Amino acid sequence: MSDDAKHATETHHPTGNQYLKIAIILTVITAIEVWAYYIPALVASPLFNPALIIMSALKFAIVVLYYMHIKFDHSLFRLLFTASLILAMCTGTALMFLFGVFKL
Amino acid sequence: MTVATADTPAGHEGHHEHVHYTSTGLENRKIAIWALIGSECMLFASLISTYLIYKGRSKVGPFPHEWSCKTSNVVGKTAELVAGCAPADVLKPILDIPVTSQSTFVLLMSSLAMVLALAAVENKGHPLPAGAGWWDRCLASSKFWLMATAVMGVAFIGYQSYEFTSFVHEGLTIKTNLFGSSFFTLTGFHGAHVTVGVLWLMSLLWIDRTRGLGPKDELVVDICALYWHFVDVVWIVIFTLVYLIS
Repeated sequence: MSDDAKHATETHHPTGNQYLKIAIILTVITAIEVWAYYIPALVASPLFNPALIIMSALKFAIVVLYYMHIKFDHSLFRLLFTASLILAMCTGTALMFLFGVFKL
Repeated sequence: MTVATADTPAGHEGHHEHVHYTSTGLENRKIAIWALIGSECMLFASLISTYLIYKGRSKVGPFPHEWSCKTSNVVGKTAELVAGCAPADVLKPILDIPVTSQSTFVLLMSSLAMVLALAAVENKGHPLPAGAGWWDRCLASSKFWLMATAVMGVAFIGYQSYEFTSFVHEGLTIKTNLFGSSFFTLTGFHGAHVTVGVLWLMSLLWIDRTRGLGPKDELVVDICALYWHFVDVVWIVIFTLVYLIS
């Protein structure tokens, strides 16, 4: 393995206390999601679903970037994951168009 | 035995381990787990899409977020809309958000425990800082964090078993309607993945108790951690799309 590749696999992971802070952020976002679910005025708003999806995507990204270390690891892992994720999302979207959930 | 030759990183030549580096310089097993996670993304995307496609197409209750009447087939967002229905025929919205919020919190915390277990394995052998308190000693214990992750995984499965049992008691099975079929398939597959993760964690815990896990085992724990976090991120998506969005 070349030195470049070796350096690329070396990681600088967050510390225990930083992991704890990340967990607190995830908990707060989840609490906001659940709180919003019980406010009828918010549920009736057209922004409710997009806001929930954004918060969910934010939690997803935080876990993948910091807990799965994709932010610190080799770019090949990032490529493998993001390519699969994009393909999966495209497949899901195509299925929903095919079965009439979304319409053009 | 060291299998790698030209592609072995400097400093790894004398290790008596089965270390397989690829031409990229990356470990085979780590590439394999990322490839597995990629394929699992496809599986869960298909299951979630199926759930969303069938959402709102069930002909009979119980429904996820709506009240309904078994006899008149009236469906409504509030209990008042089914007020004319005989009490025995009223079907409540079936999803229990408070219980599922607790299980979501448990799974999120299990991810924290998992990442702390990995950090403890990576740092094993490092001396504790002078004046280290109980938290520093706690952070250094891989056994504690592996056990905590496994216990929280079991708790999550317990929550799911409770949810499934209560649904069946309320009249929703995998055969009742399209919602039941797609819901049990999606969450059942996820629960099966959590179960596999718990078994994996328990095997790591057993190894840690018998011979101890150290920095040389970092990759083994990292692979398990990646799988566990993936199971967590899938639940993050399921919780929002299935439980919260009505």
